[in-house]
Amino acid sequence: MATRHSMGGKIFVYVDHFKGKPLPASWEVVGAARKIAGENGMSVSALVLGQGVERIAQPAFQYGAGEVLLADDASLADYRPEPYAALISKLAKDSQPEAIFFPTSTRGRELAAMAAIDLDTGVIPDVIEIEHEGGKFTATRPIYAGKLLAKVTCSAKPALLTLRVRAFGKPDKDIGRSGDITKVSPALNEDQIATKVVDYAPTEGRVSLGDAAVIVSGGRGLSNNPSLQPPADITDEKQKEIWRAQQGFKMLGELAEVLGAAVGASRAAVDAGYIPYAHQVGQTGKVVSPDLYIACGISGAIQHLAGMRTAKVVVAINKDSDAPIFKLARFGVVGDLYEVIPALTKAFKERLHK
Amino acid sequence: MKIAVFVKQVPDSAAKVALENGVVSWGDAPLVINPWDEYAVEAALSLTEQHGGEVTAISLGDESAKEALKHALAMGCGHAILISDPALKGIDSAGVARVCAAAVQKLADIDVAVFGKQAIDSDTGLTAAMAARILGWPALTLVASIAQLDPAAKTIRVQRGIEEGRQIVEGKLPAVISIVKDFGEPRYPSFMGIRKASKAEIPSLTLAELGTQAPEAKITWPELISPPKRKVTNEMITGASADEIAANLADKIIAEGVL
Ligand SMILES: Cc1cc2nc3c(=O)[nH]c(=O)nc-3n(C[C@H](O)[C@H](O)[C@H](O)COP(=O)(O)OP(=O)(O)OC[C@H]3O[C@@H](n4cnc5c(N)ncnc54)[C@H](O)[C@@H]3O)c2cc1C
Ligand SMILES: Nc1ncnc2c1ncn2[C@@H]1O[C@H](COP(=O)(O)O)[C@@H](O)[C@H]1O
Repeated sequence: MATRHSMGGKIFVYVDHFKGKPLPASWEVVGAARKIAGENGMSVSALVLGQGVERIAQPAFQYGAGEVLLADDASLADYRPEPYAALISKLAKDSQPEAIFFPTSTRGRELAAMAAIDLDTGVIPDVIEIEHEGGKFTATRPIYAGKLLAKVTCSAKPALLTLRVRAFGKPDKDIGRSGDITKVSPALNEDQIATKVVDYAPTEGRVSLGDAAVIVSGGRGLSNNPSLQPPADITDEKQKEIWRAQQGFKMLGELAEVLGAAVGASRAAVDAGYIPYAHQVGQTGKVVSPDLYIACGISGAIQHLAGMRTAKVVVAINKDSDAPIFKLARFGVVGDLYEVIPALTKAFKERLHK
Repeated sequence: MKIAVFVKQVPDSAAKVALENGVVSWGDAPLVINPWDEYAVEAALSLTEQHGGEVTAISLGDESAKEALKHALAMGCGHAILISDPALKGIDSAGVARVCAAAVQKLADIDVAVFGKQAIDSDTGLTAAMAARILGWPALTLVASIAQLDPAAKTIRVQRGIEEGRQIVEGKLPAVISIVKDFGEPRYPSFMGIRKASKAEIPSLTLAELGTQAPEAKITWPELISPPKRKVTNEMITGASADEIAANLADKIIAEGVL
């Protein structure tokens, strides 16, 4: 062990945050980096970039970073890939880390891509397992929507990896841990940056799908409740269908509320206008990996499975006992979701004392 | 406006993908245009409809990739170019991005280079941001809508889809954009478009003809693995009434320890 510890070297972790609020996935990455660093005599440096973000340093230490490189500047107040990537690349050129880990978020993925060009190296995106041997990182990642896995290596340094959300588990927090904060300056001046962030429009909805532990998901079946009577001013058949489905999603929302879950949907539900695209699970939606996925009125098309096949426990509620979703389901109910879901909400309320 | 849109040919999303002697096989499933790239083509076409100009669709691949280009032509793109070279074998994302950037430069005076979000075979989702970096252009990725574009002032304002909702960003042209599904359903190829595309002679360029060469791959994938078959013990929950079913199900779920 002692000899291995003398190897040295650093792993950089990009701590992704939105307006100063770190994504839970950032801590999963710090934890994974700490584990590998510990096994290989390396240390972990967390990169915290933004404005007024110094408070992110403390949890970064507690989750396992030994050092925080902190850039606090007006030009970094809003996330923009150009100044962020330029700074990450500059810091990497200065300290020559063995690897840079990012969470697989919209920001993490594009920063890794851009830094790879600056540093003339490669990116292994959406990694679910990491090995380090002979000075080289080998990572496992799903390809073809998870139908296959690939072992991927990067021959250049630093190896840039983005780690799939919820693939590495949440690390323990050690509130006794602290470390050194090194302040760093931005790599670009404002007048060298060709983009400006004008505004934000937040999405509605409680829990973000990507890192949800529990997801209640609805499909086309949600519109199938002929006994629900739409208000008289809705005369168009298509609008009636949408209205019915929206009542269905309200009902799902109540179950989700009791379970502290996020609400997902099939593409058929999204395309029919029942619910916004932000909720779509699947190959052309979000890939999720919750502990519990409750699929209601979803048939289980291959493109839908692509987005949720790694869920730990799948529950399917469907009228059709032949629906393919049942093959993946730990528990199945063959029945009308309009009867089962309200009863299930009630049952959980009683049991979870909500 | 001069626009380039990048389209990849991939196995259909419904394909049963498996390993045969360590090599990927998708049986008799068809090869199709990458679904995300249909949104990219839609965005490219809608830009020229509003501002005039022409769209060139570009694909890197072998002869078969001409089918993806024909789909783009049938949707309404004016031109298509295939980049085909034995040296593309084993190329990594950065390499693809370098070739895409070289193609953009070869076409000259491109205002917007449009990419899909991700290729559904390799699932990497890196090319757009990499190409932007190589070109030194703004990277406006994951664009859900183009709020405004001024060809004279050379400015663009987009809404980007991020985890937290939408980020509205303004940038200068030329720029790289990648498109997500919110942009709107891609149009179907018209009958006329299909006829035109079926007759089109698609030029094929080698890397030398592009004025570039195959970049050395930093990323290699020495081993492909079939994911371990998940053993799911199915249990159907029954009961005399919805309430009884629900009570049984809730108890079982709680017993799994996932809440
Ligand atoms: C390129 C491409 C990408 C795609 N990407 C995605 C993706 O990202 N995500 C995705 O989900 N799909 C995707 N799809 C679409 C996919 O192929 C299916 O069409 C879609 O998933 C079907 O959605 P669904 O299960 O809600 O609808 P359906 O297949 O119509 O299933 C509805 C189900 O509801 C059940 N049902 C009806 N009424 C009731 C009731 N009252 N109670 C209980 N059950 C009821 C029915 O038995 C049926 O099984 C993609 C397709 C393509 C070609
Ligand atoms: N071989 C290719 N030919 C043309 N475009 C490609 C190719 N590979 C990737 N792209 C483009 O880059 C996008 C992202 O792909 P990727 O980074 O491979 O997931 C795709 O949606 C395409 O627009």
